[in-house]
Amino acid sequence: MDAESLLLSLELASGSGQGLSPDRRASLLTSLLLVKRDYRYSRVLFWGRILGLVTDYYIAQGLIEDQLAPRKTLYSLNCMEWSLLPPATEEMVEQTSVVKGRFMGDPSHEYEHVDLQKVNDGDKVFEEEVVVRIKEETRLVSIIDQIDKAVAVIPRGALFKTPFGPIHVNRTFEGLSMSEAKKLSSYFHFREPVELKNKTLLEKADLDPSLDFMDSLENDIPKGSWSIQMERGNALVVLRSLLWPGLTFYHTPGTKNCGYIYVGTGEKNMDLPFML
Amino acid sequence: MEDLTAQKQEKENQESGEEERPLGEITAASSQDLKSGLSEPLESEQGPETGPQSRSSPPESPQSRDSAPLGDLTEPGASSPPSPPEEPSSTPPLALSGQGLEAPLQAHQTTSVIPEAETPHSDHLKQSSDIGESTHQTCQSTGNAFPQFQQTNGYLYEPRDVSCSNSKQKELRFDIFQEEDSNSNYDLDEAEPEAAPSVLEIAIQNAKAYLLKTSSESGLNLYDHLSNVLAKILDERPENAVDIIENISQDVKMAHFSKKLDTLQNENEMLPTYEIAEKQKALFLQGHLEGADQELEDEIAGNSLPNVMESAFYFEQAGVGLGTDETYRVFLALKQLTDTHPIQRCRFWGKILGLEMNYIVAEAELREGEDEEEAEEEDVTEERDNEDSEGEEDDELPRSFYKAPQAVPKEESRTGANKYVYFVCNEPGKPWVKLPSVTPTQIVIARQIKKFFTGQLGTPIISYPPFPGDESNYLRAQIARISAGTHVSPLGFYQFSEEEGEEEEEVEGGRDSFEENPDFEGIQVVDLVESLSNWVHHVQHILPQGRCNWFNPIQKSEEEEDDDEEKEEELDYIEQEVGPPLLTPISEDLEIQRIPPWTTRLCSNLIPQYAIAVLRSNLWPGAYAFCNGKKFENLYIGWGHKYSPESYTPPVPPPVCQEYPSGPELTEMDDPSVEEEQAFRAAQEAAVPPAEENEDTDEEDYD
Repeated sequence: MDAESLLLSLELASGSGQGLSPDRRASLLTSLLLVKRDYRYSRVLFWGRILGLVTDYYIAQGLIEDQLAPRKTLYSLNCMEWSLLPPATEEMVEQTSVVKGRFMGDPSHEYEHVDLQKVNDGDKVFEEEVVVRIKEETRLVSIIDQIDKAVAVIPRGALFKTPFGPIHVNRTFEGLSMSEAKKLSSYFHFREPVELKNKTLLEKADLDPSLDFMDSLENDIPKGSWSIQMERGNALVVLRSLLWPGLTFYHTPGTKNCGYIYVGTGEKNMDLPFML
Repeated sequence: MEDLTAQKQEKENQESGEEERPLGEITAASSQDLKSGLSEPLESEQGPETGPQSRSSPPESPQSRDSAPLGDLTEPGASSPPSPPEEPSSTPPLALSGQGLEAPLQAHQTTSVIPEAETPHSDHLKQSSDIGESTHQTCQSTGNAFPQFQQTNGYLYEPRDVSCSNSKQKELRFDIFQEEDSNSNYDLDEAEPEAAPSVLEIAIQNAKAYLLKTSSESGLNLYDHLSNVLAKILDERPENAVDIIENISQDVKMAHFSKKLDTLQNENEMLPTYEIAEKQKALFLQGHLEGADQELEDEIAGNSLPNVMESAFYFEQAGVGLGTDETYRVFLALKQLTDTHPIQRCRFWGKILGLEMNYIVAEAELREGEDEEEAEEEDVTEERDNEDSEGEEDDELPRSFYKAPQAVPKEESRTGANKYVYFVCNEPGKPWVKLPSVTPTQIVIARQIKKFFTGQLGTPIISYPPFPGDESNYLRAQIARISAGTHVSPLGFYQFSEEEGEEEEEVEGGRDSFEENPDFEGIQVVDLVESLSNWVHHVQHILPQGRCNWFNPIQKSEEEEDDDEEKEEELDYIEQEVGPPLLTPISEDLEIQRIPPWTTRLCSNLIPQYAIAVLRSNLWPGAYAFCNGKKFENLYIGWGHKYSPESYTPPVPPPVCQEYPSGPELTEMDDPSVEEEQAFRAAQEAAVPPAEENEDTDEEDYD
């Protein structure tokens, strides 16, 4: 959700019970403004909150003019002092995939993971226990990256591709119409397209190149990994990710108000097929 | 059209010509008569010029002079041949080349002239030759404009049928006009595309197609709109067109304003919005309606309605909650619930998220006049009777001696897991639905499955251990589990009630009822945050059996003990399940694989003196509790699932039943051989009495 319209967005997203206490709101409104100034972002998003056992991580993201460019991620424990996170790499994701369970809330906390490695010692091959230490900060980076890639949502038309390549906010976006808002196909993944290249020419024929340059939600695997609801008597569309429970996307049809927030434990719901 | 008029003209000409003829002859004759002498010199003057013609065909000369201007042309043509070619040759190129663009314009002019020229033409025939000159001029001008006519002038040298050629000329002229017209248009249109590349052409077409796209709202398209605007401007020619273009555009649009087409789809789209608004309106209005009977309200209300807004305020400090307006709607919905149901005490339990719709759950304690439960109880007893009757029948053939595991009866209402009644609704304003009471089997099986709620209470739950009931039962079971796990209160707020407590101790060793401690002095918020032992469970723990109070399944089966000896073995096996008693501190809760089950926090580190303690369950994500020292409240908002660091594993299939062990009862002996029979007969003959005993034993073996 946009840092500027934080209060309205929080009100809209409150249907899932995820909110911010008044002191957190006030401090975010202040500090995100400063973040925007200091880091010279064109747009600052309040990304959400990862619930730790001791403390929570508050996450914000800074965007430059090109909306799909790699985003800078910041975290804070008290909503005032923000620290920049390093960009996530493939290696990090692989390394932290062995860590399960909840976040502690201490970035310097180290998870110990016992790994069995085969060691060739002459003719003998024996397994040796290697203790891998993984910092929680690394895990935080990779989890945020995974969530962003998997379930960050943007309605169709909110962004457009300029002829020169960069992707801008569409100022003429007036919100989805009522009938479109109920369909998953009018929502896109807020990331570089992955599956678009795999589409056949026939499927691509109907796409508008300036609007349909991202992956649509409707092709997500497994089918039914989204819950789409009309709340407040059809005045509000709420999308909840079932794969990453805690991610809520809201949009008021006919207006520009849209955004997403993640409040959760930072764990993927691997049980989804059982639960549907 | 033109052909018709031309033919008419022709006829007229012919007629007039014929009419003229005698006149001409008369005049000619009269003149000849009158000036027979004088005319000769005249004729002699003209003689060299027109002499041969007039002489050869005297009657035609007046015709040619009067009927058509072309007739005049012939005369000069005949008299001075070089003149006609001169005239056209000088003017036509001018008309064509120099004024190519104006060609259509000229064409218009000329065509407009023709009808004019025609009427005088006929008039002139009857009247004077003055007009004849004018028509002659006009015709000449037209002739000048289009050189092709000059070629037709060739006809004119044959004066025998001038009128006919005249009409032909008109036809021709018209055709040429048309040709010219189309040619000129064609030139204008074709000039650019021929020069531009085809890509540009396509781009232009695309742009035009885009402009022609009809708006679904107004039914207009920009192309038509712009052309209408321009037409209006050109019609009205305002002074400052560029300044008032917006107004003109608006005027044009206003003029186009038409009634909106009545499509069904469009109207339907907004319907649900209004529907829910209408229902919620009832929530806001009920205060006025209820004001009528004050007595009833005083009677019912008492303290049955919880102060939802107050606890919502504290939860907001903790960062949990539904948002102000939705909370207030829930508050009103609870008021509606307490007004319409005999409810003694009520509480906002929380919200369970679903795939299509969510559940808002209210926890209520009904007043004494509640009798719905008994009907359900009867059903259960009937089922038991059926089972018993089946067991009594004994026939020769062996029957299946598998008996379903002893059904654990559900707890009475107001006790155990059924202590409270739960009402749910999908959205505030919609009717509240009372959930059925929970049975132990449902709880046991709900523990083994993990399903998303859909939001429709009637949805069947399809799961591996078959779930007895639909979503309403599953929802009720989850509510019972969450309540038992996460409803906590600060230490000392509740105490065991004196009388009942003693009775319970004798029976079970655990007490199941409590009351508010009137001497509760409050507790320090800092203590609540620092120590989990200051929070206690005030809802009974649910045993693995699915009940809060132990139900001994063997007691009942004692009556049937004579039948099976195996039952006795079970007696030794089953021990009483014991859970933590009521009002146990949560510090004794089990850890989830090194993860503490609770997280406590102060809601604000900045102003600690007014902060409240917030408790968050890690076992049931979404369950919160707050306490500000004096007041406390529990709330659950979430998917209704338990947390586990491991992913869900479906329960293992039940063990396969072993076959009957092969023993003496199953194996048969070989048929008795002849020797044995003979030996047997010998023995029988020897002694009769012992043989009978043998037979008996054989029979026993084979059974």
